[in-house]
Amino acid sequence: MSLPKYTPLNYRLWHYTYLTICGLVFFFLIAPLFVILPLSFNAEQYIHFSAKMLALDPEGFSLRWYEDMIWGTKNPWGLAAKNSIIIAFFATIGATILGTVAALGLSSRHMPYKGAVMALLISPMIVPLIISGTAIFFFMAKVGLAATHTGIILAHIILGTPFVVITVTATLTGFDHSVTRAAASLGSNPVNTFMKVTLPLILPGVISGALFAFVTSFDEVVVVLFLAGLENTTIPIQMWVGLREQLSPTIMAVATCLIIMSTLILVTAELLRRRSERLRGINR
Amino acid sequence: MSTEQILSSDGIPLAISLKKAERRNKIRAALLVAPLFLFILFVYVFPIGEMLFRSVDDRMISGMLPKTFKAMEKWDAKDLPEEPVYAALYEDLSYLKETKTYGKIIARLNYEKSGFSSLIKKTVRKVNKFEEGNYKEQFIKVHKRWGQMEYMGALKNTAPKWTFAKYLKGVDLKFDQEREIIQVPENRRIYKILWMRTLNVALWVTVFCFVLAYPIAHLLATLPMKYSNLLMICVLLPFWTSLLVRTSSWMVLLQQQGPINDLIVWLGIAANDNRPELMYNVIGTFVAMTQILLPFMVLPLYSVMKTISPTLMRAGKSLGGTPFVAFRKVYFPLTVPGIGAGCLLVFIISIGYYITPALVGGASGSLISNTIAYHMKSSLDWAFASALGAMLLVGVLTVYWIYNKLVGIDNIKLG
Repeated sequence: MSLPKYTPLNYRLWHYTYLTICGLVFFFLIAPLFVILPLSFNAEQYIHFSAKMLALDPEGFSLRWYEDMIWGTKNPWGLAAKNSIIIAFFATIGATILGTVAALGLSSRHMPYKGAVMALLISPMIVPLIISGTAIFFFMAKVGLAATHTGIILAHIILGTPFVVITVTATLTGFDHSVTRAAASLGSNPVNTFMKVTLPLILPGVISGALFAFVTSFDEVVVVLFLAGLENTTIPIQMWVGLREQLSPTIMAVATCLIIMSTLILVTAELLRRRSERLRGINR
Repeated sequence: MSTEQILSSDGIPLAISLKKAERRNKIRAALLVAPLFLFILFVYVFPIGEMLFRSVDDRMISGMLPKTFKAMEKWDAKDLPEEPVYAALYEDLSYLKETKTYGKIIARLNYEKSGFSSLIKKTVRKVNKFEEGNYKEQFIKVHKRWGQMEYMGALKNTAPKWTFAKYLKGVDLKFDQEREIIQVPENRRIYKILWMRTLNVALWVTVFCFVLAYPIAHLLATLPMKYSNLLMICVLLPFWTSLLVRTSSWMVLLQQQGPINDLIVWLGIAANDNRPELMYNVIGTFVAMTQILLPFMVLPLYSVMKTISPTLMRAGKSLGGTPFVAFRKVYFPLTVPGIGAGCLLVFIISIGYYITPALVGGASGSLISNTIAYHMKSSLDWAFASALGAMLLVGVLTVYWIYNKLVGIDNIKLG
C-alpha cells in the first residue's frame, strides 16, 4: 500500500497512523498465543520468564514439562487425549453425515419452510452453551446416558451440525445442478449420482464443515463439564481443572501442542477453501 | 381459443404431471432434512422445553402435603388457620415420617423461607407423640413458628402446582405472605447487578471488538492478496485455537508477576510492590473476551468489505469529496450489513460466555452463565438455574430473531 507521490502530508500522516493501529491490533490478536511457546520450555517451575531464559541461556530451557505431560506419574493427559480423540472422531462423523444430508435437502428449492427449519438447525450454535449443557444434561440423565461416551458424542453431534450445515449449504449455493440432471438423464440413480458427481464437487465444503465439527468437539468444555464423569475426562476438561487450581508449566506444554494442532487445522482449512473456490469457478 | 389440455408423453395432463413431480421433489427434500431435524428436535429442542418446564414446576411439594393444601384452600391467610389445617398437616407429616420422605420438603420449604429446616425436623421428630384432637395447640407447643403468620403464609405460598417464583427471584423480586410481588431486601439484590454486568460486558466487548476489527478488516480487504493472506493468519490462528489455550495465555499475561505487569512496573506506572490486579476482576474478563471474540467480528466485516469495489471510493473522491467524506458517505454505509452481522454475533456469544469469565473474572467479573453453572453444580437449585437459563435464552433468541430479520441466517459466513 504505497502512497502516490502527490499525497498531502496530513493524509500521509493519517495513512501511517492507520497502518500503526492495524499493526497493534494484529499484535493484540496473535501475540498472546506466542507467550505460551517459550514458557512451555521453561526449566523452572514457575510461569515466568526467568533471567536465564531472557539471556537465551540453554540451561534455562528444557523439555521436562513435555516429559511430565507424557510420562508423568498420575497424569491425566493420556486418558484425556484418548477420550478427546474418540469423542471428537465419532462426533465428527455423526455431525458430518447428518449435516451434509440435511444441507442437500435445505439447498433444494423445493424444501418447504426452509427459513424456519434452517433457524432450528442452526440454533445449537446460537443458544449459549451453558443452556445447551443444562438441557442436554437433564435429557441424558433421564435416558441414562450421563457420564458415558455415547452421551457426550450425541451432545457434540448436536453442537457440530450447524457448522456442517452452514459450510455445505454455502458450497451448494454455487453448485451447478445441471450436472446432476445430466447424470440422471444418463441413467444414474440418485445415490450413484450423489457419490460420483455431487460429493466430489462439494467435498471441500464437507471436509471444512467436518473440521469445524471436529474442533468444536475437541475444544468443547461446558457441555462436557455437565455430562462427564471421571472416566470421560477430556483434554479441555483437564486444562480447565488445571487452570482453576494453578497455572502449571505442564499446561503450557499441552497448550503448545494444541497450538501446533490448530496451525495444522488452519492450513488444511485454508487449502480446502481455495480448492473449493477453484472447483466452484469463483475467481478472485 | 380452445382450452385443449397439453398432455405429457404418457397421456397425463402436463399440469398434473408437473404437480406430481413437484410434490415428489418436496418430499425428497424434506426426507433429506428429516434425520437431522428429528434428532435436533428430540435430543435438543425438547430437552430445552423440559428445562423451561422444570423452572415453573412446583408439583413435588403439593404431592407431599396434599391434605394440608386441600385444607388451606378455605383459609384466607389473614389470620392463623383453624384446626382442620393443622389436623391435615399432622396427617401429612406422619405419613412423610412413616415413609421417611420428608427430606425433600425440608429443602423446598427452606428455599421459600429460611427457618423451615429446623422447624420441620423438630416437628417430625415429635409427631408420633401427638395426641388426638387439638392439633393446633400441640403444633405450636412443639415449635412457636407454627403459630407465626410468616411461616404459615410461606407454607400456603408453596401450594400452587406451577410457580413463577424462580423467575421473580432472578430479578430480585419475591412473593410476600399475601402473594403480592415485592422487592427483596436491599442487601440481597444480587441478580439485577449480575444481569446489568452481563449486559454491560457484552455491550462493551462488542463495541471494543468493532473498533478494533474495523480497521484491520478494511486493511485485509484492500491489501493485495499475497499480503492479506499472510495477515489473515493472525485472525484465523486464534480463531482455530482452543478457547482454553487462549484463556490460559491471558492468565499468563495478566498475572501479578506476568509480562504486562512487568511492563507497567518498568514504565514506572506502578511500584513493584504495588502491582495492579489485572486478573480475577472485570478488567480481565473484558480484555480476554475482546481478544477471543475479535475474529468473530473481523470475518463478517471482511467478507462484506471484500465485495465493495475500490472504484467506488475513487469515484467519491473524484467527485470532490475528501477521503473522509468519501469514506463516510460511500464506504461506511456499504459495510453496515457486515457491522450488523459482526456485532450481533459477538453480542450473542459474549452474553452467554462462561469459560473465560470463570477463569479470569473472579467474583466481580463473573457473569450470568457462571451463576447458572453454580446453581446447577453446587447449590443444586436446578429450578432456579433453569429459570435463569430461560431468561437468558429469551434474551438471546430475541437478538437472534433480529439478526435473522436484518442479516438472514443463511448469510452467516465462517472463515
